Amino acid sequence: MGSQGGFGQSKEFLDLVKSIGESRSKAEEDRIVLREIETLRRRITEPDIPKRKMKEYIIRLVYIEMLGHDASFGYIHAVKMTHDDSLLLKRTGYLAVTLFLNEDHDLIILIVNTIQKDLKSDNFLVVCAALNAVCKLINDETIPAVLQQVVELLYHPKEAVRKKAVMALHRFYQRSPSSVTHLVTNFRKKLCDNDPGVMGATLCPLFDLIMIDVNSHKDLVGSFVSILKQVAERRLPKSYDYHQTPAPFIQIKLLKILALLGSGDKQSSEQMYTIIGDIMRRSDTTSNIGNAILYECICCVSSIHPSPKLFGAAADAIAKLLKSDVHNLRYMGIDALGRLIRINPEVAEQHQLAVIDCLEDPDDTLKRKTFELLYKMTKSSNVEVIVDRMIEYMISINDNHYKTEIASRCVELAEQFAPSNRWFIQTMNKVFQHAGDLVNPKVAHNLMRLIAEGFGEDDDTADSQLRSSAVESYLRIMGEPKLPSTFLQVNCPTLVSYAWSSPSICMCGMLLCFCCIQVICWVLGEYGTADGKYSASYIGGKLCDVAEAHSSDDTVKAYAVTALMKVCSYEKAAGRKLDMLSECQSLIESLSASHSTDLQQRAYELKAIISLDGIAMENIMPLDASCEDIEIDKSLSFLNSYVQKSLEEGAKPYLTEHERSRTRNISNFRNHDHHDASTHSLRFEAYEVPKPVISARLPPTASLTELAAVREQSYQREVHRSPSVGSLSDKGSQELRLRLDGVQKKWGRPTYSSAASPSTSDSESHTVNGTGKGKSFEPSSRRQPEVEIPEEKQKLAASLFGGTTSKSEKKQSGGGIKGSKATRSTADQTRATTAVVHPPVDLLDFGEPSGAASGSSSTVDPFKQLEGLVDTNQYSNVSKDPDLLSLYSDAASTSGQNQNQETGNLSHGSGNRTTKGPNLKDALGKDALVRQMGVTPATQNPNLFKDLLG
Amino acid sequence: MIRAMLVINNQGKSRLAKFYNYTPVEQQQQLIRSIYSVLCLQPENVSNFIEGGLLLGPDSRLVYKLFATLYFVFVFDSSENELAMFDLIQVYVEILEKCFSNVCELDIVLNYGKMHTILDEMIVGGQVVETNSDIVMKAVEEISKLETTTAGAKLISKSASLLWG
Repeated sequence: MGSQGGFGQSKEFLDLVKSIGESRSKAEEDRIVLREIETLRRRITEPDIPKRKMKEYIIRLVYIEMLGHDASFGYIHAVKMTHDDSLLLKRTGYLAVTLFLNEDHDLIILIVNTIQKDLKSDNFLVVCAALNAVCKLINDETIPAVLQQVVELLYHPKEAVRKKAVMALHRFYQRSPSSVTHLVTNFRKKLCDNDPGVMGATLCPLFDLIMIDVNSHKDLVGSFVSILKQVAERRLPKSYDYHQTPAPFIQIKLLKILALLGSGDKQSSEQMYTIIGDIMRRSDTTSNIGNAILYECICCVSSIHPSPKLFGAAADAIAKLLKSDVHNLRYMGIDALGRLIRINPEVAEQHQLAVIDCLEDPDDTLKRKTFELLYKMTKSSNVEVIVDRMIEYMISINDNHYKTEIASRCVELAEQFAPSNRWFIQTMNKVFQHAGDLVNPKVAHNLMRLIAEGFGEDDDTADSQLRSSAVESYLRIMGEPKLPSTFLQVNCPTLVSYAWSSPSICMCGMLLCFCCIQVICWVLGEYGTADGKYSASYIGGKLCDVAEAHSSDDTVKAYAVTALMKVCSYEKAAGRKLDMLSECQSLIESLSASHSTDLQQRAYELKAIISLDGIAMENIMPLDASCEDIEIDKSLSFLNSYVQKSLEEGAKPYLTEHERSRTRNISNFRNHDHHDASTHSLRFEAYEVPKPVISARLPPTASLTELAAVREQSYQREVHRSPSVGSLSDKGSQELRLRLDGVQKKWGRPTYSSAASPSTSDSESHTVNGTGKGKSFEPSSRRQPEVEIPEEKQKLAASLFGGTTSKSEKKQSGGGIKGSKATRSTADQTRATTAVVHPPVDLLDFGEPSGAASGSSSTVDPFKQLEGLVDTNQYSNVSKDPDLLSLYSDAASTSGQNQNQETGNLSHGSGNRTTKGPNLKDALGKDALVRQMGVTPATQNPNLFKDLLG
Repeated sequence: MIRAMLVINNQGKSRLAKFYNYTPVEQQQQLIRSIYSVLCLQPENVSNFIEGGLLLGPDSRLVYKLFATLYFVFVFDSSENELAMFDLIQVYVEILEKCFSNVCELDIVLNYGKMHTILDEMIVGGQVVETNSDIVMKAVEEISKLETTTAGAKLISKSASLLWG
């Protein structure tokens, strides 16, 4: 015992470790390490170093490299050490090379020989060391050199060797599947190895193999099931027990494999039902590892052909996980729930409060996992709440990577489920404002296009109303300090023509992102003056503000000028007198002297257009023509008369590029004859005529097309449609984009209607999937109806889970049930009433810790207490070094106490809450009603619409 | 598969780092630093899992556990079960405990090689091969017995550190 046995360290090494441990700064540490490197570099090349000393140098090199410094000068010595006969040195050598080198390093070639020799060694420890190195260092090219020997070692008498040989073969398979395809049967054979350790190791390669090709391994289902049965029934040696659970890691691997094999295969799945049920029943939910197995069972159940009985058991198990106080278990519970809702979305309802608790938990990991779950269960009835929550969270975090992800999810959900256009545009605005630089620029174009094309409805009033509300909202955004630039681009045009209200757009004081500016400029330019609410000079002034605010950004200025041009020309075309604000004029002046040729050109164009008369203007800049197709006369036929005239006056006829190059070749030949050997010397003839630059500038009316011509980027939206498919895994491969030709339907009049009412959809889902229904609504006897939960949470739950809509509903709403006003309004009514009735019932299943109660644990953290005891910096006190494990068990017991206290608090707290009883319920009911009303898109009801606008 | 096993102390110094796919030294350091920067900000009483994303690259997550002054960290992909990895840390620490009774940070620094030996018995090529602590212990003891007899090196136990006092 004790710490001996690793290696004999010298005083020097101890000093090194100590001084690094005591260094106060990174710089100091670096100095120490650099000094050490110098020493080693000198010493290691000295002749006749004792082997023991050499070994220590190598260990010191490894240590230095772990601290992040380059030890490459010593690699060759590590390689040499693998040749040594002494086991200690050989193992140290192998350890060092596996840590230092990658499989393509030049020095590998020097090791292969040694490995070959060592694989044949009589000493099994040498063989093991060599196999470890094989796993790390052998690449495609060197596999054949050792393959035969590794295969032979699969039948070595020592199980440790067999185990490592299996893993080495697995590694070969990962590196280069083709080199070992003829050997995969060995894995099957090793499954029958009489050592459980070897069998367990074999599961790793088999898992990979089955993942790639399920069908050729279906015959193994029986074997796996019987192995699992034996393990679960404790037939393995006692030493494989871990915390009283028999061989848990083997069980987990087996369950993973069964999940793969049973996926979509009824026959195979049926063989598994019994054993999975058994394991779930037996699993010990008090230990961590027991829950790990339980979780794996749930994953397996959600993957194989569904069995109602197992499904129920899995739902119960999830309930237990979610009710746990341990964050790890709740995390796993959320994850498991995410898997289970793929089979039946209704399970989520049982757990609504637990989910909301997780959402409000300060634990970021848990929160993100919960958002993932919400993302999976979004449907048109709860999209608003979920996206709002997501945006709220998005605003609160700084992690750009995650911000990007959550922003793109918001966009995706909004595009897919938006209940109304107004909501969609508002949501997009928020996303742009807070994460505009992080979202895909295509989103901005889609938004502009949506505003421009309207919604494919017959009456234009809705469109123009929407546009004017867009204008208004963007003007408001601009009024607030500092816009991100994306937003401005898009909106300038909108501002001009459509104005609608966008409540509560709050700016976070940063510069608006580029996408934002883009949208704003475009909308203002296109629609800013369209409804006559704002004068051209007002909009013009706003646009100048934008340009000034981003005076360093040419692109923004370009957007602003183009928008300004549109505003002016519409004004003129309408026959009104155009008065330019002086600031506009000075802007144009300054831009016509700009360094950017693009800006100059735009400024001159603007000046030229302003000087034209109204009719010309109308032709150049037709109002709201951004969606018109532009015809391009590629043959430039209108120039024919001019060309004809020029030809008559003696101009040369136009030669195509092809013809020109031919004549040039001929002339080159001629030149070649003249100066014979001049090919490599200076050229004296003139350079070729530069190729004519074809001006691709489109008339300004093309602005939208121009803008939208940016590379098409795509979003996946299919995820929700095919929830049973492994939705997250195939994200990358599916390239789906917002299909704007289909937009009318999506964005059209409120299409989610009768189906959205909970009552209808309930009955629907009854018929669709007859399972699990009983659980969600009937207050079961286990629940304690008298416990109240905070009002806000109830509200949230009601809106998240309120409309029990199954996937079938989504389709219906997507398809659109048009023209049945009556059905819709009745449906709305039923919906509203059911909403009043249902939430309280929904909410009765708890006894869960409320956020407040769980947050109120005032007990001292066990590790904090330990910190006083342990201070590894002060090595003086080493003999008193604490026993890690006993500390751990202490911690466990104290945390157990915490839990008790917490539950005590909880019951206390809930007792208080009950007094607030019925009022809350009323309030909740009202709120749900209002919510449902407000949520329901009502473009066909002009009064309601007006309310919203006001 | 498991991508890496790290032991970092609560001041951000790495005590053990093993990567199962080749990772250049700079990248290793960057990863260790960024993992530490996340870990040290983790409040108490939160889950021991962190999902990768930016930190670790796509499809990766980590599980950590703090023992006294040391963070034990496993980085792995979605083919592993988080809770099981959490217990794998426990297995590893239990074995360390059996090897060095009253294991402490100093043991880990000074027995760098042995730490690797134990890990190599448990995880090969990023796959868990053995979790039976008895078997791992037996293998490790056999190795160290052979090593001590062949090397005959002068051993310095951790009591040697008293010299520094």
